[in-house]
Amino acid sequence: MMAYLPNVIFLLLLGFCVGLFVRNCKRILHSIRLGKPIDRSTDSKQRWKNMLRVAFGQQKMAARPVAAILHGIVYVGFILINIELLEICIDGITGSHRSFAPYLGSFYSFLIGSFEVLAFLVLLAVILFWIRRNIIRIQRFWSAEMKGWPKRDADLILYFEMLLMLLFLSMNATDSLLQAQGYPGYMQAGFFPISDYLYPLYAGFEVEQLVILERSFWWLHSIGIGVFLNYLYYSKHLHIILAFPNTYFANLEAKGKFGVNPQIKNEVQQMLFPETHSSTSSAVPEKFGASDVFDLNWVQLMNAYSCSECGRCTSVCPAHITGKKLSPRKIMMDTRDRLEEVGQNIRKHNGEFKSDQKELLHNYISTEEIWACTTCNACVDACPIEIDPLSIIMEMRQYLTMEKSEAPNELNAMMSNLENNGAPWPFSNQDRLEWIKN
Amino acid sequence: MNVPTLAQLQSEGKSPEVVFWVGCAGSFDDRAKRITRAFVEILQRASISFAVLGQEEQCSGDPAKRAGNEFLFQMQALQNIATLHAYKVTQIVTACPHCFNTLKNEYPELGGHFQVMHHTQFIKTLLKEGKITVRGGAFKGKRITFHDPCYLGRANQIYEAPREVLQKLDSDLVEMKSCKSKGLCCGAGGAQMFKESEKGTHEINEARTLQIEELNPDIVAAGCPFCNTMLTDGIKAKQKEEQIQVLDVAELIAKDLD
Repeated sequence: MMAYLPNVIFLLLLGFCVGLFVRNCKRILHSIRLGKPIDRSTDSKQRWKNMLRVAFGQQKMAARPVAAILHGIVYVGFILINIELLEICIDGITGSHRSFAPYLGSFYSFLIGSFEVLAFLVLLAVILFWIRRNIIRIQRFWSAEMKGWPKRDADLILYFEMLLMLLFLSMNATDSLLQAQGYPGYMQAGFFPISDYLYPLYAGFEVEQLVILERSFWWLHSIGIGVFLNYLYYSKHLHIILAFPNTYFANLEAKGKFGVNPQIKNEVQQMLFPETHSSTSSAVPEKFGASDVFDLNWVQLMNAYSCSECGRCTSVCPAHITGKKLSPRKIMMDTRDRLEEVGQNIRKHNGEFKSDQKELLHNYISTEEIWACTTCNACVDACPIEIDPLSIIMEMRQYLTMEKSEAPNELNAMMSNLENNGAPWPFSNQDRLEWIKN
Repeated sequence: MNVPTLAQLQSEGKSPEVVFWVGCAGSFDDRAKRITRAFVEILQRASISFAVLGQEEQCSGDPAKRAGNEFLFQMQALQNIATLHAYKVTQIVTACPHCFNTLKNEYPELGGHFQVMHHTQFIKTLLKEGKITVRGGAFKGKRITFHDPCYLGRANQIYEAPREVLQKLDSDLVEMKSCKSKGLCCGAGGAQMFKESEKGTHEINEARTLQIEELNPDIVAAGCPFCNTMLTDGIKAKQKEEQIQVLDVAELIAKDLD
């Protein structure tokens, strides 16, 4: 019986990690579904292309070549090395060791060798990422909204990846030493171009100690992956999954086109053309614009979960560059934080949201930020996974102006000019052709 | 200057090929009026059959929409659409990227489907079809840089038309550090033109002016009356107005017409 203990422990751990991951996914989906409907089902061919280009192909990362290369290495390394996850699971469940080796032969050696090279490159890239963040201190990683958890989160991810790669290489190093000594259960399998260099570290160990080390590395590496998987929910690292649906469901229309509110359209038509538009056909909108996450659409909420807090948006925002409070990244981070708060509230109250006297606007995002935007679309263009902070800003402006009548005074003056004489300035419409005269 | 309105043409039983949407800046702002006149000069030189709406034109609604007043935007839009439909307008050209974007992208959902062009696109076609030619002498050898208006560039992906037009001037076309899809805003968009900016370290037009100064051009070519104002102010604040001129693409072409 005792012989099967590791298998049982592995299965239990696997079940726990997968179960927890499924629970986290459900929570995220539930929160995203709190958003209002928006139709992003059309043009699926274009959407697939967009996803392949932007998420899978990482096209928009290229704007910053150094980050693009480092990120590309980590991305490719992550996907390929995780092929080994399949073997780890089978080995863990059945108690076998390198169960793929007999079937794949020399290709197995090629695979393991490639994984090692990738693991080394990932380790290198992650160290360089850490240096960029903490020694070179690239400005966009040190804005106000990056204090506290966001900063710790970013560093934790890097430490996690370093640790996983080191465990993977150490596991291989001890394994191949045991293979060389012909220790029972460690058949000749794999090719170890990188972990070769770790031999001196383990050369002094007895064979039994090596077995303990090898097993420890194997288990720690496996458990580490399980922990990392469930860390995603709490982290900006969630982008590794959500970047794909996020680019698929992104806005395909011209960036300058801001959507028309159909309910307002009905109302305006009734006012302007009462003879052709009867009042029975429409309902008055219950609320103009957005002041909380419930007023946003599900794509905007998914955007918030997808944000990797890279700050490319903020670094090109003209308002931010000139010292204003607005940071498009903060808009997304605030939306996610508020959405999580709302989600917790709902779970605590058995599926019902109990008012907490808080809102995304005011409690998280200030009106000063909302009014500083020039709607220039630089943030939307800069986002490597097509997040749209501008749409949230615009809906908050609608709330402030139409629902609360709290537009800045100068804008109210501009709008009353518009109402009175059809121009944003106090000129008489009679003078529209004055330009012809001089 | 003799420019017909749609109402005048209709009374004569005529209709123009294209409507020139002048916009509020082009109608009322003294600096922008010169751009309007320059573009009309080009249209007339090309013998284009065009008309303006005159007193029947109303603000497109862009600043109201960007200020969050969807209600007022739609009031403006639906009135304009009704006017344009009454004259059976199909083609519109405008020298304002904000009007351009709103008419092109936001009017269709309200029932207004028109073929809308920015004046730089229109001038490009005129040059291509040989309806106008430039001498290539007035700005020969001058360093010219184009400032991408957000609502032409990122908003509508139009980067090449203004540049192709400027290339005809036989001048030295140079690019700023941030250009095309990375172009830095002038600070006027999103209804900012009509309000003081929020508290910060400096103004957005100053930031853009710094980039212009780095390049040290003779001329900054603009394609938007609001950008024009912001950049002119920024350059004046640096007391560089003697060295660096801000001119609309239409003004540059009008000055070099053959």
